[in-house]
Amino acid sequence: MVSQKEFVCTVCPVGCRLTVSQAEDGEIVVRGNTCKRGARYGRDEFVDPQRTVTSSVWVEGGDLPLVSVRTQGSVSKAKIPEVLQALKRCKVCAPVHVGDVIIPHVAGTDTNVVATRNVRKK
Amino acid sequence: MRKEWDVIVVGGGPAGLAAALACSERGIPQENIVILERDRQLGGILQQCIHHGFGLHLFGEELTGPEYAQRFIDRVQDSSIVCKTDTMVLEITNQREVVAVNAQDGLMVLSGKAIILAMGCRERTRGALNIPGTRPAGVYTAGCAQRLVNMEGYMPGKEIVILGSGDIGLIMARRLTWEGAKVKLVCELMPYSSGLTRNIVQCLEDNDIPLRFEHTVVQIHGKSRVEGVTIARVDGDRKPIPSTFEYIPCDTLLLSVGLLPENELTEAAGIQMDSRTKGAMVDQHRQCSVEGIFACGNVLHVHDLVDNVSMEAQTAGIAAADYIMQDRKPEGITVSVQNGSGVSYTVPQRIVPGDEDVDIYLRTRGVFKPATLTIQAGDKTLLQKKKSVMTPGEMEKVTLPAEKLQDIAGTITVSVIGG
Repeated sequence: MVSQKEFVCTVCPVGCRLTVSQAEDGEIVVRGNTCKRGARYGRDEFVDPQRTVTSSVWVEGGDLPLVSVRTQGSVSKAKIPEVLQALKRCKVCAPVHVGDVIIPHVAGTDTNVVATRNVRKK
Repeated sequence: MRKEWDVIVVGGGPAGLAAALACSERGIPQENIVILERDRQLGGILQQCIHHGFGLHLFGEELTGPEYAQRFIDRVQDSSIVCKTDTMVLEITNQREVVAVNAQDGLMVLSGKAIILAMGCRERTRGALNIPGTRPAGVYTAGCAQRLVNMEGYMPGKEIVILGSGDIGLIMARRLTWEGAKVKLVCELMPYSSGLTRNIVQCLEDNDIPLRFEHTVVQIHGKSRVEGVTIARVDGDRKPIPSTFEYIPCDTLLLSVGLLPENELTEAAGIQMDSRTKGAMVDQHRQCSVEGIFACGNVLHVHDLVDNVSMEAQTAGIAAADYIMQDRKPEGITVSVQNGSGVSYTVPQRIVPGDEDVDIYLRTRGVFKPATLTIQAGDKTLLQKKKSVMTPGEMEKVTLPAEKLQDIAGTITVSVIGG
């Protein structure tokens, strides 16, 4: 066995304790799960955990000071600090609409940061 | 401002919006429906819940709070439903009159054929916990901090301790960390969290934030600003153990210690209340003890999922419309729903037997793994349902078929046992 990690499954409220291990031939084995979705979750968490990042960025000339944003898809957990850095530097001009792309391909990923609310011009 | 309305909806959050739309879809003319909202905009607390995970049940996708709200706001604004924001309701009477005030119309007395209560809930504060110590700046409820960070652009502090591991506290632990603050610790009085496992993993574990079960804050220190808190382990009776006192320096304490339905208006209207839910007593149509007044969403009982709020509001909206159009009077026979062992509350609290199946929502008292839910009328078992796990953090729903409710006199009891 090359490596082994433990997770609590978050797919449903049961919260199975998963043990995921990778053998030397690269095969990944999930144990402790009680359903198929749990096996997939354990595998994803082991190989490359994905997260959705949500935040707010400053708006110039809007009726509100901030607009809430999200990554359209999920990004690799390891990329989160870079995504947050990009968001920190970001400032947009009103008006903003739900779904507007705020940062395309954030932090070199293939996902966009989009607005999740409307902010009108002041 | 017009005085006479078909439906007056008090509150423009997810419950109020869905209820108003349901009334309209059921046939109430849109221009005869008014929503009264005290905030500057519609959407309620969803507007500050910028994280994702809303709408999985209703829309099959994970939306953020503002996105979820916008779907309903768009539909309301595309309709002729009247919305009054920045408008505070001061009083509701049992004659279905609503006293409200805003800067534009001044003091108004409106009268509705039906009223839908959708005022939501608010957070328990330091005062509700009686934490000893000084009274410095830097003690916030988690939701207040959430609004400051996500909507107003202020950081509540730099070094933070959070008391309570409810979902808002967990979400804020991640949010504040992402904005550069140091969240030192989350203390939870109980031996388990009332928050979702997903939030424990993605908010705390992802960010290496420690969670201490059976711990509480026993003292707040600092004169003008919080300088630190003393935390302690608690014993089986939830009393702090003096030998475990530990001082943690910090400049901010966030409280995520529960939500209370906001029912001052309801109580003043003389509506019968349920001491378990802290909301009104309702039948399966969400009608209160005062005829023509309905309640839905977090003002009725605190939900964990907004999807359930929207669905409950739809039930209330349809019932309010039917009440107006059919002039339905309360039926003579009602069945009272009691909680048996292992159940802390049920909604509805009473059932008017009819042709339709009845959904009963409940919360368990403690964790059951596996669990068996039983509904009984006297010695007779009406229904039994098994589930791999039931926890207080997840509202359960059980559907009682209409035919089971025929010939029931008086009371049914809902109970949950392990095994």
